[in-house]
Amino acid sequence: MLTEFGKIFIFLLLAIFFVIVAVLFSKFIRPARPTKEKLLTYECGENPEGSPWIKFNIRFYVVALIFLIFDVEVVLLFPWALSYKEFGLPGFLVGAIFLIVLGLGMAYEWRKGDLEWARPVIQPPVLKKQTYSKDGILVSEEKAKESSAVLQDQV
Amino acid sequence: MYNLLNNLIGNEYVAAVIAAALPLFVFILPFALAAVLLERKVSAFMQDRLGPNRTGYRGLLQTVADILKLIQKEDITATDADKKLFNLAPVLVFAGCYAAFAAIPFSGAYIGADIDLGMFFIVAISSLVVAGILMGGWASNNKYSLIGAMRSAAQMISYEIPTALVILSLVLVTGTLSLHQISEQQTAYFWNWNILGGAGLGFSKLLLIPFMIVGFIIIYISSLAEVNRTPFDIPEAESELVAGFHTEYSGMKFAMFFLAEYANMFAVSSVVAALFFGGYQSPFGYLGNTLGISWLVPLEQFFWFTAKGMFFVLVQMWLRWTLPRLRVDQLMTVCWKYLIPYAFVNLIIVGLITLL
Repeated sequence: MLTEFGKIFIFLLLAIFFVIVAVLFSKFIRPARPTKEKLLTYECGENPEGSPWIKFNIRFYVVALIFLIFDVEVVLLFPWALSYKEFGLPGFLVGAIFLIVLGLGMAYEWRKGDLEWARPVIQPPVLKKQTYSKDGILVSEEKAKESSAVLQDQV
Repeated sequence: MYNLLNNLIGNEYVAAVIAAALPLFVFILPFALAAVLLERKVSAFMQDRLGPNRTGYRGLLQTVADILKLIQKEDITATDADKKLFNLAPVLVFAGCYAAFAAIPFSGAYIGADIDLGMFFIVAISSLVVAGILMGGWASNNKYSLIGAMRSAAQMISYEIPTALVILSLVLVTGTLSLHQISEQQTAYFWNWNILGGAGLGFSKLLLIPFMIVGFIIIYISSLAEVNRTPFDIPEAESELVAGFHTEYSGMKFAMFFLAEYANMFAVSSVVAALFFGGYQSPFGYLGNTLGISWLVPLEQFFWFTAKGMFFVLVQMWLRWTLPRLRVDQLMTVCWKYLIPYAFVNLIIVGLITLL
């Protein structure tokens, strides 16, 4: 006897099978003439520079952590949502209190700035007044304060 | 459909395999062929171009030609890539997105697996796609891929929470998680759809309407983000990241990612349609019932389901060519500071109203 979840398992198996068959099928048709340049990691035609496995912005991990907490709590709410009508107002209040605690946690994270993402800092170009001697050597360089102030006002 | 096949063939496992293969070969592959062409045509007309018009009559065979080309393309795996994970990623992405189709009711007569936890299952199995994308991006050993994969994962998991909260508020109204039953409850006419307060009559139905519309908007925005469509396409922002997590993929493996993306587009659209717009139910009764032809009804239901799904896919395409891409900080702000608080408040108010 096949249960409903057994059918889902067949769906999964079929999808895996389909991808494998499709990739193998093209293997018999397509050419395979690898060269050293083709097998290089793509970096817009340049030789790849350094390891791509770089240090990542810590924000991604904070988002993942907050997601984990929220997701677990949302999953806990599903059974409540299915059955709260049986218990009337007290049943609703239990869920509502849980939701409010969740909301308070959210407010805390918001206040702590964990929901802020690094914003691009706009740096207006600073205009410099450069004077050169006749030989082309830089003699003096001073900031033109008025013009940069104007630029900052615009930003 | 499963029972019909079972009676016809006499072996339940063979019947189950055929029933499971139906959405793939009858629906997803033709849909992907049509949708790719449609997207190119829609974008062309929006930008005042002609679009593909050389292959076949007015370019109708363009995607078939593309598929033939993709099959013949050389499949390159970079020497630096992690081969095992690199090959596993398209399998996971496609399997995760195809398994979601198991719980989607295409018509009253066909549903892959009629489980009570349908909606919950779809939310859960979609996470397999995130794992596949992260795996592909990491195994490619490419900077663009890794940045794209990280952004994609952060975005998809963030937008899962507003989706789940809206589904939760809908569960408060319908009292079931099975998409089949949710569709059945919205039967007969369009004023029974959940976006118009569900099938019940009375004061609470009227009160529910604005909150259902808010819920629909929230779930539609987050479903756009979950399939990485514009305006939320920073994971594969082509002007900065080449192609995002699938930069290194070529040939048939790339085609699998592409197919999964289009299948996912339809999956989220049809889930939205099933939750809020009656699923496979016709808005004005069935021709088959009026004429007394019973086998016409499931076909009509299939037509309405496809039409509703295609409508939301078209809206996705329309949005893609209308709105500019969001920045990564704007993306997170939209999710965490707007959608989730609104969805929270919406959930509590809907809970109060259904208690009345």
